[in-house]
Amino acid sequence: MTEGRIAEESWPGTTDGFWGMGIVTTSSDILEMRGVSKCFSTAVALDQVDFSVRQGEVHALIGENGAGKSTLIKILSGAYQPDSGGFSLDGKPVLHRSPALMQRLGISVIYQELNLVPHLSVARNIFLGHEPVVVPGVIDFQTMHRRAAELVSQLGVPISTHALVTELGIAEQQLVEVAKALSYQVRLLVMDEPTAPLSEHEAETLFDVVRRLRDRGVTVIYISHRLEEIFRLADRVTVLRDGRVVGTRMVHEVEKDDLVRMMVGRDIKEHHPKAEVEPGEVLLRVRGLPGRDGETAELTIRAGEIVALAGLVGSGRTELARRLFGAETLKTGAMELKGQTIAIRSTRQAIRAGIGMVPEDRKTQGLILDRSVSDNITLPILGRLSRGSFIRRGLIRDLVSNIIREIDIRVFSARQAVRTLSGGNQQKVTLAKWLAGQCDVLILDEPTRGVDVGARAEIYQVIGKLVQEGKGILLISSDLPEVLGLSDRIIVVYGGRLVAEFTRRDAVAETIIRFASGAFED
Amino acid sequence: MLILICAAVSLLTPRFLTEKNLINVVRQSSLNGIMAGGMTLVILTGGIDLSVGSLLAVTSVFAAGTLVDGASPTQAILVGVAIGLGFGLANGLIITIGDVAPFIVTLGTMTIARGVALIYTNGAPIVTANADFRYIGRGSFGPLPMPILILLIVYVLVYLLLNRTTLGGYLYAIGGNQEAARLSGVPVKVCKTIAYAISGLLAGLTGVILTARLGSAQPNLGVGDELDAIAAVVIGGTSLAGGRGGIIGTLVGALIIGVLSNGLNLMNVNAYYQPIVKGAVILIAILVDRRVRATSAA
Repeated sequence: MTEGRIAEESWPGTTDGFWGMGIVTTSSDILEMRGVSKCFSTAVALDQVDFSVRQGEVHALIGENGAGKSTLIKILSGAYQPDSGGFSLDGKPVLHRSPALMQRLGISVIYQELNLVPHLSVARNIFLGHEPVVVPGVIDFQTMHRRAAELVSQLGVPISTHALVTELGIAEQQLVEVAKALSYQVRLLVMDEPTAPLSEHEAETLFDVVRRLRDRGVTVIYISHRLEEIFRLADRVTVLRDGRVVGTRMVHEVEKDDLVRMMVGRDIKEHHPKAEVEPGEVLLRVRGLPGRDGETAELTIRAGEIVALAGLVGSGRTELARRLFGAETLKTGAMELKGQTIAIRSTRQAIRAGIGMVPEDRKTQGLILDRSVSDNITLPILGRLSRGSFIRRGLIRDLVSNIIREIDIRVFSARQAVRTLSGGNQQKVTLAKWLAGQCDVLILDEPTRGVDVGARAEIYQVIGKLVQEGKGILLISSDLPEVLGLSDRIIVVYGGRLVAEFTRRDAVAETIIRFASGAFED
Repeated sequence: MLILICAAVSLLTPRFLTEKNLINVVRQSSLNGIMAGGMTLVILTGGIDLSVGSLLAVTSVFAAGTLVDGASPTQAILVGVAIGLGFGLANGLIITIGDVAPFIVTLGTMTIARGVALIYTNGAPIVTANADFRYIGRGSFGPLPMPILILLIVYVLVYLLLNRTTLGGYLYAIGGNQEAARLSGVPVKVCKTIAYAISGLLAGLTGVILTARLGSAQPNLGVGDELDAIAAVVIGGTSLAGGRGGIIGTLVGALIIGVLSNGLNLMNVNAYYQPIVKGAVILIAILVDRRVRATSAA
């Protein structure tokens, strides 16, 4: 069915005799991209990219946000058409690229935002658009569930094909996407930062699935910000920077620092600069929180101190933080802010009392994407920036431009919609919201998720600045090196309970993981 | 778009482009315009207010009724506006505190308000001849007919509200991302309630002006007017999903609808065909607008 669409001639838009230029395509290359360029209005997203992937390998694709990874995979999936250049599969140039055709050719992409219908069953999602039928239009449910179960079992993970997608966790939903790709006889699977929303344990399961797929001959293009994963999973790695390929390497021939250097184009160490601040008075004290073995535990945060809540996703870290911030109606234990007992019932009250929060998911919880950078930054303190009910626009303009300069948010103008910014810059806007206000305690829930190496370092700098100003930080992070590098104290959360506490000096990664995974219980 | 339609209509009928007719068009659009002003606030929060057409009727009959019972014109106006505000407040409170979808809540109050108007009048029109009262519907302030003057005042106030006040910023924020707004300390429920209250209030004001203009109140006034108001807002470029748009667009939208009705009447288009033409032009206007926007964005 595909033969008619794969042309034997050269691609449109390339020079004649392209194939005669002496470029040798090794027979084992499943994908070969040549000279792919793509512009959006004036911005060059991809510039003459050559990229090839061998049959059966796991090929990591890395680069800072805005390096062109997303554009590249959208061209591969048929969602975008390149301005020039093109690609071939198994040595045959592919013309008339459309998402449907690419899927039939065996290319599937799993985006960060999953494409599943929440209130349909797993099986229906897997076969959405190509359901087995009794007669056209009537679904053969028996066959569908049987085949769906076969696909799911290939992943080695128990998921019921009758379950509704909305009942599943994000990790399982991702695997449903993988099963969906398998239902299309996938040969080349692209995964865009699949582990970003996963806990370490879930990520392990995903790695197993990826390896299993590779053993079955599926080629995987794996996009990630986490370099450790690449060393554990990938055979080769290609680095993109500013829309160009910096290079492709065998993973076992490179060091982490080499990759970082290739990504940022300058020599920076991936480290966690700890601002040296002597902790001051106790800002926040919460008593009567559930602790280990039915006891109660206490959470304190001092001025200039970074306290981390370590734990797996789903361990109750976020829930605890949201309660402190009044975002959940549940009661906290007795809470003292700067020595004053307070009860917080709404986020508005929390903010007035001097607590701020950067939520877990910046797109759905942190930002109003269609509004401007300025509108987003000033939202929590709009009341303070107005006289009567009228907004003082001059004051806002000055304040916002100061903050933008101070933490280097890269924008053309403060009036630019937040949607148009890269992930790292969006995250800086969510931080900036609380820089503008006078909060004493700031809760940061996964502040560096989905943020590239460069922006990450800048976010650490902002955090450092905050503690130097005497603010107390409650940090939630699934990135253990980050937790170890940044915090003064680390509290491990397991099953909604505070099960262990370490000072910076005593903290050891292995011990923390042991507590976080509940291994202390026996 | 408005200019395009005006040009087309003036080519088709010479009577369109006269001073008298133009003022007439704006005056006819002003009632829908005032209502659409409140609707804009509601739609910006991502909601909808279906009750405004019925509120127009209920405020109209109560204003006329109190006038007949011997109240002063000022009192009658206040009664009408207060009833609109009351219903709007009820809409807002049920939606926010009861956590019910705006479509359902305002569908309910739409039916209730219509019923109240029917019971109050027993189905018969209430005629009112009070000259002072009729001034706000038929009088003029200098060259400006009163309804147009009121329209302008309302729009200036709503414009300032949306663009210069904290409440305006909050309304956009709620429509853009309610959860993010809440986590930023925006009093979401209060703001939404105010939006529905203003929508009710402006529907009440519209009812009063219409009564004054007609010199009588009828319980079946304003049937379907909520749809014209929604159409004005949407033609004006405000997203039904909330968070994007503004009041200037709504004014243009209301005028487009007004020009269309006026043009069709002047051209003696059969009354049965008019809704078809109107609906088609609205659809075309929106499709063209989307296309233009898509190309200018890329």
